[in-house]
Amino acid sequence: MREITYRQALNEALAEELERDPNVFLMGEEVAEYQGAYKVSHGLLQRFGPRRIIDTPISENGFAGLGVGAAMVGLRPIIEFMTFSFSLVAFDQVVNNAPNMFTMSGGQFNIPITFRGPNGPAHQLGATHSHATENFYASVPGLKVCTPATPRDAKGLLKTAVRDDNPVLVLEAELLYSSKGMVEPPDEELLIPLGKAEVKREGSDVSIFCYAQTVPLALKVAAQLEEEDISAEIVDLRSIKPLDEKAIFDSVAKTHRVVIVEQDHPFCGVGAEVCYRIQKNIFDALDAPIIRVSQEDVPMPYNERLEKAVLPNAEKLVAAVKQVCYA
Amino acid sequence: MQPVEQRDEVEMLSLMLLIRRFEERASQQYQAQKIGGFCHLYIGQEAVVTGAVAAVRDDDYIITAYRDHAHALARGTSANACMAELFGKETGCSRGLGGSMHFFDKQHHMYGGHAIVAAHIPLAVGLAFAIKYRGEDRVTLCFFGDGAINQGAFHEALNLAALYKLPIVFICENNLFAMGTSVKRSTSLRQIVDRAEGYDIPGEIVDGMNFREVRDKVAEIVDSIRKEPHPAFLEMRTYRYRGHSMSDPASYRTKQELEKYRLDDPITRLRAQLTREGKLTNEQFDLLDRRAKETVLAAVKFAENSPQPPLDTLYDYTYANGSVEPARHRPGEPARAQFEQGPSPNKNL
Repeated sequence: MREITYRQALNEALAEELERDPNVFLMGEEVAEYQGAYKVSHGLLQRFGPRRIIDTPISENGFAGLGVGAAMVGLRPIIEFMTFSFSLVAFDQVVNNAPNMFTMSGGQFNIPITFRGPNGPAHQLGATHSHATENFYASVPGLKVCTPATPRDAKGLLKTAVRDDNPVLVLEAELLYSSKGMVEPPDEELLIPLGKAEVKREGSDVSIFCYAQTVPLALKVAAQLEEEDISAEIVDLRSIKPLDEKAIFDSVAKTHRVVIVEQDHPFCGVGAEVCYRIQKNIFDALDAPIIRVSQEDVPMPYNERLEKAVLPNAEKLVAAVKQVCYA
Repeated sequence: MQPVEQRDEVEMLSLMLLIRRFEERASQQYQAQKIGGFCHLYIGQEAVVTGAVAAVRDDDYIITAYRDHAHALARGTSANACMAELFGKETGCSRGLGGSMHFFDKQHHMYGGHAIVAAHIPLAVGLAFAIKYRGEDRVTLCFFGDGAINQGAFHEALNLAALYKLPIVFICENNLFAMGTSVKRSTSLRQIVDRAEGYDIPGEIVDGMNFREVRDKVAEIVDSIRKEPHPAFLEMRTYRYRGHSMSDPASYRTKQELEKYRLDDPITRLRAQLTREGKLTNEQFDLLDRRAKETVLAAVKFAENSPQPPLDTLYDYTYANGSVEPARHRPGEPARAQFEQGPSPNKNL
């Protein structure tokens, strides 16, 4: 194991998959000559050449659709959105074409495509550039959605996504690109299956379900709560769809108290689905109502103080935990 | 593979008759409520797809919009599989899961059947991208209607195809109406073909009611593309005799206009050409027509007798290789089912 950044981990995953399979190519805005808007594709053009690392004009609908078409005949495109906020311009391709093709063609055409890029609010980017798209996309049958929070998960999930025979969205955490973590050495194959959550910290009093940018937040809060004698178990969902119900239920059965901290909006958010499944399946295990901490239900303001007020934060999460623990 | 010019024109006439008779029978079956949803007929436009397909190889890619029955038939999908798809049957070309607007046939390189206007044009560019990526000499034919040319996807796709020099022929089937809106009311340009010029793509206007002109023009362009990949654009001037879909009486145009185009019927025209040249007798034509009608009637029978897709296959075509447990929120579903499968640390569960 060695310590690398989230960005480097993604870069390694791309390079390894490009190396392994000649059908894999990377396409998107500024991925080649500019070396990636967030430098995730740094060095790939030099290594794999312009046939496989392809710059596009600013045409998300066009190049996302190009990827879906290429996938129909067996290529395995990796389509980078400079941010998933821009994927909304290609919503028709991601929602209507990629996941529907397998059904509509009666199973003749599966679409082995990966859509990836940063997702979720970053810092003072305003309403149009701050979308957390996981709940939009996870609601679409035929799509898979994962949300890595650590360099190791970023590498392992992206590699798995590229090898999946279905459309997979890898929603990277914009604020975590420079974060560091331990990852297996490059000569060791690292594949993390979709649909497997991970207990990032064991605990016994409350389960905090989190993903992507809310994972470091939850870990920070857990350390703080420990000082107050509350033992929080941190379960990183890692995949939104498929969802690891078993890991969720196992943790609930252990702690009997649940807080879900998500980076999307509250209405029809990821937490609503998790909450539904918990109460439906192991209602009797609960000792308190479930509480969700999410963004506030408003478009993201630019103002820094207001932005902080919209986002999930330590204060809100601590309060939620105390509420479910009747502490 | 014989040179395309040598393809038997009588055979192509026979294909046009099959398409026409298929659509007439589809119309009748729709009215008899054997076919659900929307149903868009190709009657009047037969020379476009027949001519284009006659000019390419069987392993070239084709993709189209929702008026797609003819494209599948032209590619070699059986009338049985097409009619069964309209009936929503398991034997349909998309197992009854696609319907009229979503015909697919992988074996015959027919990539759909797409019902969101212009959304398939980027896909077509992707097919062409794959051809170039693999260094093949195939060509993609991308069909769409005049209504598609004002969608953003169309413009993005044309720009990408030109930028990457991809082997694709954009075939605009200009039947003068996007649903009920005439081209004059939808498009700022005098001629649709001028859209291509904006992307530095060579474009031409073709008489889409003339089989030979369509075939020869497509053959010429495809030949050039095989030598050196590039996109091209053909505006096929054609006309649909029926409304936009089965529910459209087409009251936005006059009887006189329709009659004018009927006089220029693509089937009548090719028949006359062949007859004049001594390649076809009236008796032979009648025989071809009778065969087409019989094939289509047999297809109706086949579709009627085919089984429905089994209910227990409902979740089989959402993900390739299975793997995602669907969110089954139906009442009556046993709760805890999934959880009970795994080891539970809590015996009370």
